[in-house]
Amino acid sequence: MAGSIISVKHLVKIYKMGDFEVHALRGINLDIEPREFVAIMGASGSGKSTFMNILGCLDVPTSGEYFLDGVEVGKLDRDELAGLRNLKLGFVFQAFNLLPRTTALENVELPLLYSSKLNSVQRREKAMEALNAVGLAERAQHYSNQLSGGQQQRVAIARSLVNDPVMILADEPTGNLDTRTSVEVMEIFQNLNGRGITVVLVTHEMDIAQFAERNVVFKDGRINKIVKVEDRKIASDELPKIPVLADELES
Amino acid sequence: MNLLNIMKISYRSLGRNKLRSFLTMLGIIIGVAAVIAMLAIGQGASNAVKQQIAGLGTNMLIVFPFASTQGGVHYQAGSTSRLKESDVEAIRDQCPAVEYVTPITRVVTQIIAGTENWRTNVFGAYPNYEHIRNWPVSSGSYFTSQDERDAAKVCLVGQTVAKNLFGEGSVPIGATIQIRNLPFKIIGVLTSKGQNANGDDQDDIVIAPFSTVQKKLQGTIYAGAIFASAISSAAVPVASEEITQLLRDRHQLRPWDPNDFTVRTQTEIASTADATTKTMTLLLASIAGISLIVGGIGIMNIMLVSVTERTREIGIRMAVGARGGDVLTQFLIEALTLSFAGGLIGIVLGVLTSEFVSNLQRWPIVISPESIGLAFTFAAMIGIFFGWYPARKAANLNPIEALRYE
Ligand SMILES: Nc1ncnc2c1ncn2[C@@H]1O[C@H](COP(=O)(O)OP(=O)(O)OP(=O)(O)O)[C@@H](O)[C@H]1O
Ligand SMILES: [Mg+2]
Repeated sequence: MAGSIISVKHLVKIYKMGDFEVHALRGINLDIEPREFVAIMGASGSGKSTFMNILGCLDVPTSGEYFLDGVEVGKLDRDELAGLRNLKLGFVFQAFNLLPRTTALENVELPLLYSSKLNSVQRREKAMEALNAVGLAERAQHYSNQLSGGQQQRVAIARSLVNDPVMILADEPTGNLDTRTSVEVMEIFQNLNGRGITVVLVTHEMDIAQFAERNVVFKDGRINKIVKVEDRKIASDELPKIPVLADELES
Repeated sequence: MNLLNIMKISYRSLGRNKLRSFLTMLGIIIGVAAVIAMLAIGQGASNAVKQQIAGLGTNMLIVFPFASTQGGVHYQAGSTSRLKESDVEAIRDQCPAVEYVTPITRVVTQIIAGTENWRTNVFGAYPNYEHIRNWPVSSGSYFTSQDERDAAKVCLVGQTVAKNLFGEGSVPIGATIQIRNLPFKIIGVLTSKGQNANGDDQDDIVIAPFSTVQKKLQGTIYAGAIFASAISSAAVPVASEEITQLLRDRHQLRPWDPNDFTVRTQTEIASTADATTKTMTLLLASIAGISLIVGGIGIMNIMLVSVTERTREIGIRMAVGARGGDVLTQFLIEALTLSFAGGLIGIVLGVLTSEFVSNLQRWPIVISPESIGLAFTFAAMIGIFFGWYPARKAANLNPIEALRYE
């Protein structure tokens, strides 16, 4: 639809393993509006990650169309896709995917090194800003392996937002985190969403999905249903209600 | 693409993975150092052999008074001749390609100095023997043409003779030795020539004027051989031809008669030794080749071993927006840096090792620029290729495939 930031039509993904074919996506049609906050749910193996990877331009569909901000992604070459990932999209993985033996700050700086014309001082400032936004400024010089899971996920989020993307895609960003830390991460996403960034995230947890505006439920590679969230939860209101169990993780 | 940023990325990555960087460099260092050291030591050895051969005088020709032999059997029985001083004079006057010529005669005898005695070779030759054999004195002087005319009882002694009769390090100029009960005055000590290609001690020698040895020690009018030198090493074949023709004329041989003498050039004498040198060079080349291959496999291994980790790294970089070209440039810069740094350290290490072995073995090493160039180029090329190739494969994957790589 005109004006949609994401518009996918008849999206199909088939993984071929020798003679064996896995139909991971069997024809997805979905529009996501700018500034929307969408949670994708569904059973394990229903195709959520496959879909997210295609939305994030990390993988290509077998067939179907994908318009990102009006641009038909299927017509772009590899370098143009890299440009999209760098400038328009931020991707947060369940497994963090930070560079090992690298400080939090350098990890966050990484997207800037591949694009912006900023000098090293400006780059550092921008990366610090992003770390600030996820509340990790004081851990800037820590190496990724010296950080807790929640902290690593927040570094990954900082990295995804450092280039001021129009959309952040997060595949189970809270999958490895405890309840309180999860809500803290959701608070960050809600703040970013409030700043006008579209957020699409995958989650297994109903509680987490309640922080979104719309829930899209996958089943066997198809969209089973789409529900508007009634009574949406606001993370900053929820946090005080959660007992502080994870103090030692937070420093 | 911002090259400065990519360089920054490369150097961060190298600094972050110090062990991997070091191991990669180690492969290159060892490969380069081994090849340089092997070649330096080997070339030194083969040069030492060549120098010994050259020390005989490469322009030199020897005329023996018998027909040439094949397979150790005389070509024609009884075809021996007599070489006279008049032959020597004829060669001197009529062969333009010959620079110096001298008759040679030799007796093996006991010589006595005070209470010491020693059995050695006493050679008789003209004073120009110095130039023909390229063999100066280390102290004193050669005898003169006057001594030759007078059949003076003067002589030169080799280092071995001086040592055995007068003690280590002695310079017995002016001393007298008894040769077959005749007193000879020592007027010079020869420089050391060491062993020849057959392992004989060339310094075990006494040299006296030809006339003296011939008349006073031997009582013969013939020369045992004639030594000559050509005006240049290129003129050796011409000199050989001139001498052959002249001697055939003088010996009144008919065209169908075989030579009753043999002219041998130093080149021929050296050819056996040359074959040895060639074998050594071949051996060296194989050792160098094997070192290069072993070093190369080392470099290759460490680079390929880190592929899994690096493929994930490439996945992460591409996920945040690195283009294939960015990734390749980064890996190329890393590989170039490691290869060049490793190569340079390898050169230093190789040269030091060669010097060390040379000091230890008293073996003159030869470090050639070619061996340095060869070792460096080969190691650097392997390093760069195996840094670049896996990266190229990874950069062609989708980011998600690279992230999943195991
Ligand atoms: N690289 C791949 N090669 C082959 N099959 C794959 C690949 N990735 C996913 N699949 C298959 O595609 C289907 C969808 O997988 P996907 O990872 O999208 O599921 P998901 O909804 O994210 O599951 P989960 O909740 O467990 O993460 C599964 O049946 C899976 O086995
Ligand atoms: Mg998944």
